[in-house]
Amino acid sequence: MEIFGIPIQAFLGQLLLGLVNGSFYAMLSLGLAVIFGLLGIVNFAHGALYMIGAYVAWVGMEKFGINYWVSLLLAPLIVGALGVAIERTLLKHLYKIDPIYGLLLTFGLALIAEGVFRDQFGVSGQSYSVPDALAGATNLGFMVLPNYRAWVVFASLAVCLGTWFVIERTRLGAYLRAGTENPALVQAFGINVPVMVMLTYGAGAGLAALAGVLAAPVIQITPLMGSNLIIIVFAVVVIGGMGSILGSILTGLALGLIEGLTKVFYPEASSIVVFVIMAIVLMIRPAGLFGKEK
Amino acid sequence: MSTAADSDLARYSKWALYAGFAILLAAPFIGLYPVFMMTALCFAIFACAFNLLLGFTGLLSFGHAAYLGAAAYATGWLVKEAHLTPELGVLAGTLIAGLCGLVIGLIAIRRQGIYFAMVTLAMAQMIYFVFLQAPFTGGEDGLQGVPRGKLFGLLPLADDRVLYYVVLAVFVAVFLFIIRIVHSPYGQVLKAIRENEPRAISLGYDVDRYKLLAFVLSTMLAGLAGSLKTVVVGFATLSDAHWSLSGEVVLMTLLGGMSTFAGPVIGAFTIIGLQNFLADQVGSWINVIIGVIFVVCVVAFRRGFIGELRAWQLRRGPGSKGP
Amino acid sequence: MKLKKLSAAVSTAFALAATTMFGASAQAQVSGDVIKIGFITDLSGLYADIDGPAGGEAIKMAVADMGGAIAGKKIEVLVADHQNKADVAAAKAREWMDQQGLDVLIGGTNSGANLAMAKIAAEKKKPFIVVGAASSALTNEQCSPYTVHYAYDTTALAKGTGNAVVKQGGKSWYFLTADYAFGAQLQNDTSTVVKAAGGTIVGSVKHPLSASDFSSFLLQAQSSKAQILGLANAGGDTINSIKAANEFGITKTMKLAGLLMFINDVHSLGLKATQGMYLTDSWYWNRDAETRAWSRKFFEKIKRMPSSLQAGDYSAALQYLTAVKAIGTDDADKVLAQMKKTKINDVFAKGGYIREDGRMIHDMYLMQVKTPAESTEPWDYYKVAETFKGDAAWTTKAESKCALWK
Repeated sequence: MEIFGIPIQAFLGQLLLGLVNGSFYAMLSLGLAVIFGLLGIVNFAHGALYMIGAYVAWVGMEKFGINYWVSLLLAPLIVGALGVAIERTLLKHLYKIDPIYGLLLTFGLALIAEGVFRDQFGVSGQSYSVPDALAGATNLGFMVLPNYRAWVVFASLAVCLGTWFVIERTRLGAYLRAGTENPALVQAFGINVPVMVMLTYGAGAGLAALAGVLAAPVIQITPLMGSNLIIIVFAVVVIGGMGSILGSILTGLALGLIEGLTKVFYPEASSIVVFVIMAIVLMIRPAGLFGKEK
Repeated sequence: MSTAADSDLARYSKWALYAGFAILLAAPFIGLYPVFMMTALCFAIFACAFNLLLGFTGLLSFGHAAYLGAAAYATGWLVKEAHLTPELGVLAGTLIAGLCGLVIGLIAIRRQGIYFAMVTLAMAQMIYFVFLQAPFTGGEDGLQGVPRGKLFGLLPLADDRVLYYVVLAVFVAVFLFIIRIVHSPYGQVLKAIRENEPRAISLGYDVDRYKLLAFVLSTMLAGLAGSLKTVVVGFATLSDAHWSLSGEVVLMTLLGGMSTFAGPVIGAFTIIGLQNFLADQVGSWINVIIGVIFVVCVVAFRRGFIGELRAWQLRRGPGSKGP
Repeated sequence: MKLKKLSAAVSTAFALAATTMFGASAQAQVSGDVIKIGFITDLSGLYADIDGPAGGEAIKMAVADMGGAIAGKKIEVLVADHQNKADVAAAKAREWMDQQGLDVLIGGTNSGANLAMAKIAAEKKKPFIVVGAASSALTNEQCSPYTVHYAYDTTALAKGTGNAVVKQGGKSWYFLTADYAFGAQLQNDTSTVVKAAGGTIVGSVKHPLSASDFSSFLLQAQSSKAQILGLANAGGDTINSIKAANEFGITKTMKLAGLLMFINDVHSLGLKATQGMYLTDSWYWNRDAETRAWSRKFFEKIKRMPSSLQAGDYSAALQYLTAVKAIGTDDADKVLAQMKKTKINDVFAKGGYIREDGRMIHDMYLMQVKTPAESTEPWDYYKVAETFKGDAAWTTKAESKCALWK
């Protein structure tokens, strides 16, 4: 059976893999959007935090026998604490000056993280085994789908929707959104804005780390896994528009699917299709698909 | 600000510049390795080109390596396969880089500030992937074996010393050219855009055109650096277009001093020197060191070497008795 | 006033110091009294286990076996990491030859880097012995009087493994290829052999070096419905492709042919995943008593059994130093002439010799990975299925594209 000359097996298979990639794009661009929304910082270190999350899971498994399910909770907490520390010591000096300094600082932090991990673990990558409960594969007829990848899609969708719900539909989220608009006023109401900001960066870092743990059994854990991804996530965020959480999620998923489709019909272009789309969107709608210019 | 301090500052700056130039002039004869010096000079040109955009126009192009890489590959291919003489190859590379800059500039100008930086980074990454796939670049292996040839068909460049003086001449020309641009009326408008863009618009300037022109000039000079580098080392590789090089040039400019003239040169020599000197000793820690320098610069050293030096000199001036 | 003069002096002094410090670190130091052996390889990336730092140690073992000095001249080993970047390798090679008076360069893994270094060595007229890299281009299109290709190459791999798999019934092939010089050359050479043996090439897909996720490439491979999945990659990439192929059930419908595998890869994957696979290699630690003795010495230091590349590094250094000792000088042309007329008899090769195109001719082995039951001790992974004696595995004069060998 064929679609446009491509066997349906290959077509659906790549689409499914694209959905998996899209889930990661969605989760990471979500974290980036949350941090930028409240702190005004473009967090280049987001990729590094993702990488650290994966390594925390791996080291936990190798050295302490901590299993995957515990790591799903532990890694975000550890990396979240790291994020809080970074915010307290370094980032808070930068809120009042040109936002490019925030980008450059987090860029420097990403380099440090990569360098340290490169020195410790080498570049060649570690593998993390799939937890037993999710091991094995289901024969869907048109392809063999490893169960773990199905889990990744569900988990990241759940996390994304949960985060969206918290920010857009709860009181805590309302405080966060108000704090972005007018910190002084919100502070005057008795809400501790600096603590909120600090915890937001921590939460963003935790989200990145969670994505890292989810990714660990799928790809080779290398110190460079974050930096390869972060630039694509930047493009996703520019396409989707920084203003909208839902926009980031939808754009991330859509781009993952489009990338998967490109691999079927024109594989050579798969690595650049996201950027081409970004260029097109910028020409038509500079604020992004869901963006609201501040 | 005391004018006496200003003129002292100007005098000592000139003196320092002449001394620096004297060292560069004498370099091959005082035991400095010409290939290292030439590579550093190429990156100094790159940093100066970048600073034209960041320091003097206030635009952070976070993917500037793409233009260096584009010119490097173009020149490499033209000199090696099409047998162009080096000066034509370099000229062609420079123009091609400028063309890339024009196309990307047109797309990126649609956004301001931090988004501009993100867009330039993303577009540069796209160019990187194009280079990775394109057959003529040699992909991971790079474009190798580019001959040095004869300048204008007459002057053989195979001798490191001869090539060194050619590269030095180009560097000096670029340095003076940038000074000229910044001090011109056009440069003044760029400064105005950097300081307060809405005001410049309200004064009637078509800021997008000014920014685009600055962008294209900067990318052309970045391309010049890449083309020269290819002639010097004989190859063009993916490292020339990689995002880490884009980051490094930001650091060179920041470290040396944004919106100064000598700053990017000092920054370039420092970073290239560090990488050369420490690479054997510390291996992958060099990236950590670069990251630490980045963080320190952003938090505590934003004016860079030259900027801090100037501020210190001004404080020490005749007006130091005052409040 | 004094303070201002001081600050001006400080700023210029800084400029002076910066340039001279970093330039002076690369000051000319011509070595007249030291024999310098340079080794540039992948020390930290996907090829770090099959060659890497242990290869450097093997070279140092050779130096120690020669007594650390020849006729009073000390022997020094310089090791550098090219990080799988051709420009880093070439720049380092050039700097060592210009500034450090390097006498011989030994090339580690990564064909792209070695092709770049070969050009530098030819320009500077210094001997360059390639051990780790595979591309047969080094002794064909890119041959040079200064390049010696020592251990193995893509032609030998193709003739060995390629033929063996086709003979077993693997007629239709799909390639998963590392996207650089080595992968392309290996795919090319293997395709030629497969077609000559009556097989067909159904298709191929290229993956980036050190790819993190092979799933989409493997899906493409599977939909091709070929019998054999030829892995034209090495090191970490091979290990990961095999793991992913197992994960996606590719192994149920296709057989894997690892066109370049080393004992470290088998060790990493385990015998269960690799048993029965064919591979072509230049040396095996468990081949005979002499190799076993040397390998145990290696194991003492490194805690792993040596790969063929590490043994090759040892042998290349040893043969170079032996030649220098024999003629009493480290002049490049004279040493190369001496090496080219001497037979190589050491732990790595017996009756080996260097041909006009730079190829070091020696026996190659087609090995098959043992089943877990057949393996008697750790690292006992192979049985020799076939020996290609002398020049049987290598490019023939008729096939050669080297201008020096016509």
